[in-house]
Amino acid sequence: MVSNSEKYTEKKVKRSMSQEKRNSIAGYLFVSPFFILFAIFGLFPMLFSFYLAFFKWNGLGEMTFNGINNFTIIFNDPIFWKSIYNTVVIGLLGTVPQLIVAFLLAYALNAQALRFKNTFRVAIFMPYVTSIVAVAILFSIIFNSQSFGLVNSILGVFGVDPIVFTQSEWGAKIAIATMIFWRWVGYNTIIYLAGMQSISSDLYEAAKIDGATLSQQLRYITLPMLKPFILFTVFMGTIGSLQIFTEPLIFFGGNLREEGITVVAYLYRDAFENNFFGTASATAIVLFGIIMIFSVLNLLITNRLGRGKARKA
Amino acid sequence: MKAITPTQPKQLSRKAILYSLLTFAGLVSLFPFYWMFVMATQPNHVINQTPPALLPGSELVTNFTNVLGTIDFFGAMMNSLIVSVSVTVGSLFLCSLAGFAFAKLQFKGRDALFVLILITMMIPPQLGLIPSYYIISQLGWLSDLKAIIVPGLINAFGIFWMRQYIKEAIPDELIEAARLDGCSNFRIYWNVVTPAILPAFATLGIIVFMNVWNDFLWPLVVLQDQSTHTLQVALRALSDSYNRDYGMILSGTFWATVPLIIVFLLFNKAFISSLTQGAVKS
Repeated sequence: MVSNSEKYTEKKVKRSMSQEKRNSIAGYLFVSPFFILFAIFGLFPMLFSFYLAFFKWNGLGEMTFNGINNFTIIFNDPIFWKSIYNTVVIGLLGTVPQLIVAFLLAYALNAQALRFKNTFRVAIFMPYVTSIVAVAILFSIIFNSQSFGLVNSILGVFGVDPIVFTQSEWGAKIAIATMIFWRWVGYNTIIYLAGMQSISSDLYEAAKIDGATLSQQLRYITLPMLKPFILFTVFMGTIGSLQIFTEPLIFFGGNLREEGITVVAYLYRDAFENNFFGTASATAIVLFGIIMIFSVLNLLITNRLGRGKARKA
Repeated sequence: MKAITPTQPKQLSRKAILYSLLTFAGLVSLFPFYWMFVMATQPNHVINQTPPALLPGSELVTNFTNVLGTIDFFGAMMNSLIVSVSVTVGSLFLCSLAGFAFAKLQFKGRDALFVLILITMMIPPQLGLIPSYYIISQLGWLSDLKAIIVPGLINAFGIFWMRQYIKEAIPDELIEAARLDGCSNFRIYWNVVTPAILPAFATLGIIVFMNVWNDFLWPLVVLQDQSTHTLQVALRALSDSYNRDYGMILSGTFWATVPLIIVFLLFNKAFISSLTQGAVKS
């Protein structure tokens, strides 16, 4: 690292070299807590999961090598596939309308000369502050299967018979997706609003002078400028959806029914209720694979959109 | 002249749409909180009637007394507080220390290590769930708050956040000057860096605190003894109790939510801007 000529120069340099050394010792020392803790509670568990996925283990007794049998078992389990299907459906139901509504709300909140802006903002954002457990409990009572459940009693006004939300294919999914929608819509609204406020008003002024209509402004200014924010929310929404767990667990009161079991809930039940640590690890590996695929896809799309924009410009 | 007259009614109707949309959204956002309060004040026989009550009743105290008889509400709240404060303080310290090293100290492999930290952010936490549980049980930390606090101190996002902030907020000259005065690196961190990054502490602190306070899966797995339950795990136990006393259950969730709402309303500006900053920059 240090050339000979530098070594033979004066004292001053020597002193600064020892400073360099001190800096690197301090550097390693200051970043080491992360790496030590990560090695114990991050890296090792991760690698051990890959190992465990090929063993049969109940957490207490012997671990016996099981080859790819754990994967065969879960791939042959209809409930596993159901959990993937549920995760995707609930994710789409909870996220797609949520992002559209969040965009509309942000657009409305961004309007010039809007009064009570902060009040609206606070009200819409407030659900995000509550814990998921509280939201899930509250909504499991709002979606209560009996006629006194809030949703059922509203449906009752229109002459609809009470829906047993916990036991119907779409009822369970809609109830869980609603919880996700309600909790996250304000959060995404604020993200979009932050994005919209970062767009220079000169652009809109120029567009107005050129006679652009509102929808043209939306299409050619707001949406393209908001692209990084939209990609961020889509990415976070996707990753978050794949990890849905609390809502179904609370909604079904611990008895995870197949109408609403998600991948993480399937994993949890396998590991901590049935003590099948091997197959649960196999599920974790599959989930990891799915998340990686979505992450890479998202990166590719981001790059492509970036390139498209550059070409246009 | 022609242009002005037709736009005015159009603008008015636009405004009306705007306000009604926002009012509707605000009501939808707030109504569940109100209904939670209403249910928390009703006796069970009123809750079970159709249509459901929409005005508060008189059982506010009774329902909460029943909560206290079913779970250790204040104990759980205390556990949540201990865990959240410890993780927040600890990870703010470790993240800013590492962030300082990555931003201002030269050492071999620095950039590679930093990239490594960023990569760890992509790993879903469920992947290592089962072995982590095993490690905790081997350490004898099952039903010990350490099981939440110690692993919670790793925060890749926090290091990233602190590095960016320190890089921008603190000029190299300032650090050089402190060095000439004979300060050690840790002294520079403690006496020069930390006072200059208080806003970054506040922002990251809010994010970390909220995440730990609201965490559920990991505490559910490792906190098996009731006396160590955090509020989220205790609430779950409450809603799983056999006699489905909805007034009591919602009384529990209501009183668990109130402190969060008060804190939020007090600091909502800082809260919202910090979460957007944290989110957008990641």
